[in-house]
Amino acid sequence: MAIRTEPFYLNIGPQHPSTHGVFRLRVTLDGEVVVGLEPIIGYLHRGIEKLAETRTYTQNIPFTDRLDYLSSMTNNLAYCMAVEKVGAIKVPERAEYLRIIFSEIMRISSHMMAVGFFLNDLGAMMTPVLYMWREREKIMDMFEMVCGQRLLYNYMRIGGVSQDLPEAFMPAVKKFLAEMPRYIDEYDQLLAQNEILLARSKGVGILPRDTAIAIGASGPVLRASGVKWDIRKMDPYSLYDRFDFEVPIGDSGDCYDRYWVRMLEIRQSVRILEQAVAQIPEKGPIRADVPQFFRPPRGEAYGYIEAPKGNIGFYIVSDGSIAPYRVHIYPPTLINITALQDMVIGWKVADLIIIFGSIDVVLGEIDR
Amino acid sequence: MKFERYGLGIAKGMALTFEHLFRSPITVQYPDEKLVTSKRIRGNELVWFPDKCTGCATCAKSCPQANIIISTHRGDESKFVVDKFEIDTGRCIFCGLCVESCPYDALAMGLSYECAKYRRSDLVMNKEKLAVSADHQPSAYFRPQFDNKLPEQSLLLYDKKVGGQKLSFIPLSKRKRGPGA
Amino acid sequence: MTLLDQFQLLLKAENWPDWAVYLTPAVAGILLIIVFILTIVIVFIWWERRLLGRFQLRTGPNRCGPEGIFQPIATAIKILLKEDIVPEKADKLIHFMAPVIVFVPILLIFAVIPISEGAILVDLNVGIIYVIAISSISVIGIFMAAWASNNKYSLIAGMRAIAQMVSYEIPVVLSLVGVALVAGSFSMIKIVEAQAIPYVLLQPLGFMIFFLGCLAEMNRCPFDLLEADSEIVAGYHIEYSGMKFAMFYLGEYGIALAYAGVIATLFLGGWQGPLLPPIIWFLIKVFGIFSVIVWMRATLPRLRVDQLMSFAWKFLLPMAVINMLIIAIEVLVGTMQWLMIILNFGLAALLILLWSRLFTLGGGRVEV
Repeated sequence: MAIRTEPFYLNIGPQHPSTHGVFRLRVTLDGEVVVGLEPIIGYLHRGIEKLAETRTYTQNIPFTDRLDYLSSMTNNLAYCMAVEKVGAIKVPERAEYLRIIFSEIMRISSHMMAVGFFLNDLGAMMTPVLYMWREREKIMDMFEMVCGQRLLYNYMRIGGVSQDLPEAFMPAVKKFLAEMPRYIDEYDQLLAQNEILLARSKGVGILPRDTAIAIGASGPVLRASGVKWDIRKMDPYSLYDRFDFEVPIGDSGDCYDRYWVRMLEIRQSVRILEQAVAQIPEKGPIRADVPQFFRPPRGEAYGYIEAPKGNIGFYIVSDGSIAPYRVHIYPPTLINITALQDMVIGWKVADLIIIFGSIDVVLGEIDR
Repeated sequence: MKFERYGLGIAKGMALTFEHLFRSPITVQYPDEKLVTSKRIRGNELVWFPDKCTGCATCAKSCPQANIIISTHRGDESKFVVDKFEIDTGRCIFCGLCVESCPYDALAMGLSYECAKYRRSDLVMNKEKLAVSADHQPSAYFRPQFDNKLPEQSLLLYDKKVGGQKLSFIPLSKRKRGPGA
Repeated sequence: MTLLDQFQLLLKAENWPDWAVYLTPAVAGILLIIVFILTIVIVFIWWERRLLGRFQLRTGPNRCGPEGIFQPIATAIKILLKEDIVPEKADKLIHFMAPVIVFVPILLIFAVIPISEGAILVDLNVGIIYVIAISSISVIGIFMAAWASNNKYSLIAGMRAIAQMVSYEIPVVLSLVGVALVAGSFSMIKIVEAQAIPYVLLQPLGFMIFFLGCLAEMNRCPFDLLEADSEIVAGYHIEYSGMKFAMFYLGEYGIALAYAGVIATLFLGGWQGPLLPPIIWFLIKVFGIFSVIVWMRATLPRLRVDQLMSFAWKFLLPMAVINMLIIAIEVLVGTMQWLMIILNFGLAALLILLWSRLFTLGGGRVEV
């Protein structure tokens, strides 16, 4: 006689140490195996898209900082590129180099944070996090030197960047880049061949290549599934075609591949930065001449870049006045987690937390 | 999945952790030791220069939160005299757009990041609290004229001593290590 | 002749009444043991937090008293002053008794651990078996705590607890048989006296199996999925606060001390050492083992429950049986000790290499 069991519902609630924000999952469990999954979002909705309709183009820039708050330079950049497409503004060359330098340093910081907290979910008690934050502190101090804040920078402006670099910035960046490869090797020594990490994450949460393309995933999640798609190579924006770098891809799309693609991307970012720091012109204008209350011509544009988490895009409709008519934000993370059901069903509760951690979610971007 | 490396991966990781015991910790014992912030810090307060302000309210127009409240009346020589200049630092997001847009350099960001108060109403700064004074100094964000009065940032001094305290902020291991170890 | 036996003979020679002769040494011994446990546990709490901090490049607590030595006392006072919350639908009697059932067996183990030469409460001639038997009682306490809390997270933890702790008993017991065979007795004092060469050199495989099994019994990293605070938010003691939580907390460090004492006695030579007094040697060995445990906690992520079970049943258990056979054959043939060292190390390396090739962790995904 078979024993009749009932599935039971577990609420991995908005307040949980591992949901990277206020994210709620209603999980149906059969023993420890996940049988069904229902995500509930909206706990961090602040109405940024609606607020943007009543503020001028420059006043919207601090709001875009707060979308993916762990990599706010890239959000600023995407928005400014969208507005520059609507207004047909040309950005000077030194400003483009500065934008690229700051985006790539931001990519290093965001990936280190993502990998560190992926390992924290696995159970390595904050040790990889603290080792990686040692470097992130240097990055945040360098940014503080330039724009005054450590997390929400508000640095890019329409037509360029807001302030020029102080003299001590370039030597600090060069020193940081000289030390970085040793520290990345240290992280690999700690983590890359660790048997427990391999046992927990190899083969877990596989996102097949066709599913990844079908749902529209982007960023490291897509590249780990074997699709060689990086906007910096496919549709280069802002001088990326002058740099020589590779796009790492993974084989199978499991959690280990997502972690490993991020570590390889940190190395490629260091490579781009070394070239950019060598090529940047010494002097030059850092901002195009844009009035404070900027009135672009009527029209619409979609500006998108390769942010650390994926392909972030801003769709702006302008009606000729000082405020946009409509701003829509395309968040990469929201699209990436639509695959959560396919990836998680059949695995256990412990794997659910890891798979969710490997997608690298920031709730500010999902809920806007 | 097999134990392909016979436990060697774990052993290498543990060796790295053991080596970290011999590096000095990077903790800064706040509030006894404080790191010096950069010159361009956007601190949690604002500094107003009453003699330079003309009451044009450009800062109020550029605030995303509409936080700045200015009221003026016409004085002699038909110049504006500022009666009320109030900023609610509880609602402020410290983006610095007001500082950037002031055409007379009359507004600057402050230096302090320890501005907590016990009541929310104490966070509303009126013109006496905002005015520049000996303990309410401006930072150099968009105001390069204040650059030379401010001390150097701690990051730039991390292999030197500052005021008797050793900032061994990021010491490296002494053993040389090649790439891909 | 233990110290307490000598004390008893002294009292009898002084013509004390019979009940006093029986009772006084027992009560004195018990009080001394409890003082010893509480002191060393408090030092353990401080040592673990400082050492974990140094592994992670930070200082540990250093505010309460010089170098933070009053921090555990502050923690204890804080826990005692907290409100004792019992959930409304919890099973009150079982909820009340669970911490007691977890904590008391840990105190009972100390009755047979020789702290110094002759300083043991009672020299049972089945010392090892007593330790194993008593430490199994805590499992029931943990499951009572998990069930009576009326909380799905703690129920998951309780299920994992039983599976883990029961299945790791068997390799532990089998590796202890090797020690008993070489020493010729189960009594703890005789095993210490028989260790001219510490048994860690004579039986490296047995030591490794016993150490890993003890880590699993103590629910320490990498086997700490009972209190995995990134998945099930503190596991079985999620609904406990106040003094009951203090019992769980002390119990965790108490059992670490107990097992460290057992390992020091059985494998490292107990109190023996050249120059210093025996109790200092014992404490050095216990602190050394505890430091290794903290080192593993700082570095390693945690295993998933099915990987843990297959590690116990498919890897440790066959190796424990083979280890027992090898030791039995060597003792029967009567090999000399230096030959045993070389042979055992070689066989241990060979077995680990061979078994790692054959050992598979099994699939993870269940077809739903």
